[in-house]
Amino acid sequence: MMPNRTTWIAMILVGASLLSGCERPPIDTVQTGFRGTGMALVYNPRTLEKTESLHQAPAALDPADKSGPRARQVYQNVKVLGDLSVGEFTRVMVSMTQWIAPEQGCGYCHNLQNFADDSMYTKVVARRMTQMTQHLNASWKSHVADTGVTCYTCHRGQAVPNQVWFAPDNSRLAKGMLGQRNGQNEPAASVGGSSLPKDPFTAYLLKDTPIRQISQTALPQGINSTGSSTQMTEATYGLMMHMSNGLGVNCAFCHNSRNFSDWKQSPPQRVTAYHGIRMVRELNNEFISPLTSTFPPNRLGPKGDVAKVNCATCHQGAYKPLYGEPMAKLYPELQGPAVKLVKTTLADRATK
Amino acid sequence: MEYQNLFTQVQAVTTPHHGVALQGPDNHERTSSPFLVHLAGRLGNAQIGPLYLGKVGLVSALCFIFAFTIVGFNMLVQVNYDPIQFVRQLFWLSLDPPAPEYGLRLAPLNQGGWWNIAGFFLTVSVLLWWVRVYRRARALQMGTHVAWAFAAAIWLFLVLGLIRPVLMGSWAEAVPFGIFSHLDWTAAFSIRYGNLFYNPFHMLSIAFLYGSALLFAMHGATILAVSQYGGDREVEQIVDRGSASERAALFWRWTMGFNATMESIHRWAWWFAILCPLTGGIGILLTGTVVDNWYLWGVKHGIAPPYPDMWGMPTVDPQTLQGAK
Repeated sequence: MMPNRTTWIAMILVGASLLSGCERPPIDTVQTGFRGTGMALVYNPRTLEKTESLHQAPAALDPADKSGPRARQVYQNVKVLGDLSVGEFTRVMVSMTQWIAPEQGCGYCHNLQNFADDSMYTKVVARRMTQMTQHLNASWKSHVADTGVTCYTCHRGQAVPNQVWFAPDNSRLAKGMLGQRNGQNEPAASVGGSSLPKDPFTAYLLKDTPIRQISQTALPQGINSTGSSTQMTEATYGLMMHMSNGLGVNCAFCHNSRNFSDWKQSPPQRVTAYHGIRMVRELNNEFISPLTSTFPPNRLGPKGDVAKVNCATCHQGAYKPLYGEPMAKLYPELQGPAVKLVKTTLADRATK
Repeated sequence: MEYQNLFTQVQAVTTPHHGVALQGPDNHERTSSPFLVHLAGRLGNAQIGPLYLGKVGLVSALCFIFAFTIVGFNMLVQVNYDPIQFVRQLFWLSLDPPAPEYGLRLAPLNQGGWWNIAGFFLTVSVLLWWVRVYRRARALQMGTHVAWAFAAAIWLFLVLGLIRPVLMGSWAEAVPFGIFSHLDWTAAFSIRYGNLFYNPFHMLSIAFLYGSALLFAMHGATILAVSQYGGDREVEQIVDRGSASERAALFWRWTMGFNATMESIHRWAWWFAILCPLTGGIGILLTGTVVDNWYLWGVKHGIAPPYPDMWGMPTVDPQTLQGAK
């Protein structure tokens, strides 16, 4: 008995609905490792096309004259960019407006009656962020190399960057007797919609929780001697999902998945990522978290913490922010100096 | 072409029966009047009932209901009793075991304690159901093959949720109750212990899993293909090889030179099926207790070949370099 027409239509409809959640082929793969080992990067060219404009650097302003009086001699209360010439200083200010507050203009940070006034919190934040940018370009070459960063790398024309994170508020379920979520088991965007632990940021990009969980010896050195566990591995997995999503890459960008922990088999990008994690941790601890009391309450998260940085803040889905456009080279004003950091620990800060 | 259908073509419509008469107390415990359902007959036997629950079955069912309810209510509270969110998030929801710091102690209810309680009731339920399967088989004077096949699955279940966590000294090592969460556990478990694909017992388990599927497909297809010659009456064909059995046997000798018999194919299938969880359970049990990194174990024993270098110079762990941040 041949299936009749209704059966055929039903079968096609069922098949189509099963496939409806999939991305349509063709998908591009780029081989990066030895043949036959699955070391390949996977890209959907249609997705890349759609997000292309996000990763275009804006045109830079013409270079400014380095000579002439210094900014601090001409303007009052210039604490960070005072060594620049007036021309350079103006160029940075105009660029910052375009990068961060193109619609609001100078008044987003400045009291228009008195530009030297520090009464607006946005100005205090912007000053510290300028230092952060200089510091990053000067002392984190292990991650940003000579490509560097500008305000635009994160801000992309918005006062608050697209991709920031707050500590989640889990208090509702913590009180009761039932229904512990265990900080996971919900479709969380932070971990790519998976059910993995949803806040990898507090543990790894603010605190210094050990990321490495894979045993380095074939045989156990005493039961559970390494202190790692399957549950902690899931938390690391959550961080890796964020990095994968934030950079628009799959595991093989940094790892050989037959043995995730082995450095010798890993692509060199893993070293860059290693420094990136430490860089983000330093930015969150030394530059961003100390600004918590500077921000008004409506800018803070559900637990009263400030919006913080993760990998996606700069990368926004690209393996290199702005596809590696060396935009910062055109802004020598933002190239340094490194800020001398008073290394504070979280414990110190809690007691202050 | 009639036999090439998804559904059973022949339904015996007759007065429902209670099965063979038995000695002992079991006869009167058969409850309810059997009846025929046409739809059931399309898939299997049209007759529903008589049922048998018995004391062991009743306790097993109650324990299962306890476990199911504990897991279900934990999930319901997670979505604030919202039925729509319950359905939407069902695959994500989970009841997780306690965190590693509790070891083998009982954690507070909302920090994994419920997991222990649900796990206890589920274990009792499964073990009692095994007793029931065994005793029903004996009551019918059957072999106990089904019970031992079920025991193989219970072995894997106990290794995952009880034996290995106890040996590791931590309930945190056990599997959560949830759809995606147990898959997360599987992935994290493999990664933590250096890639389970290099675990020989995992290899065996996969071979028996895929082998079971292959054997099932070969057997099912063979019998359906000769059902017009009476091949579905397998038992008769064992002692009195008819046209169906001869054709099926010759087909496999032609295609692969060797064939199972109407009896031996079921032995093959049974052993493949029970060896899948049996070897899998051994592989899980050895992980973390005897072997800590299966990839490194594989390197040590020559089953994981090195790959040629592709990036100019080997990548170096920055943590081992001096002055690294």
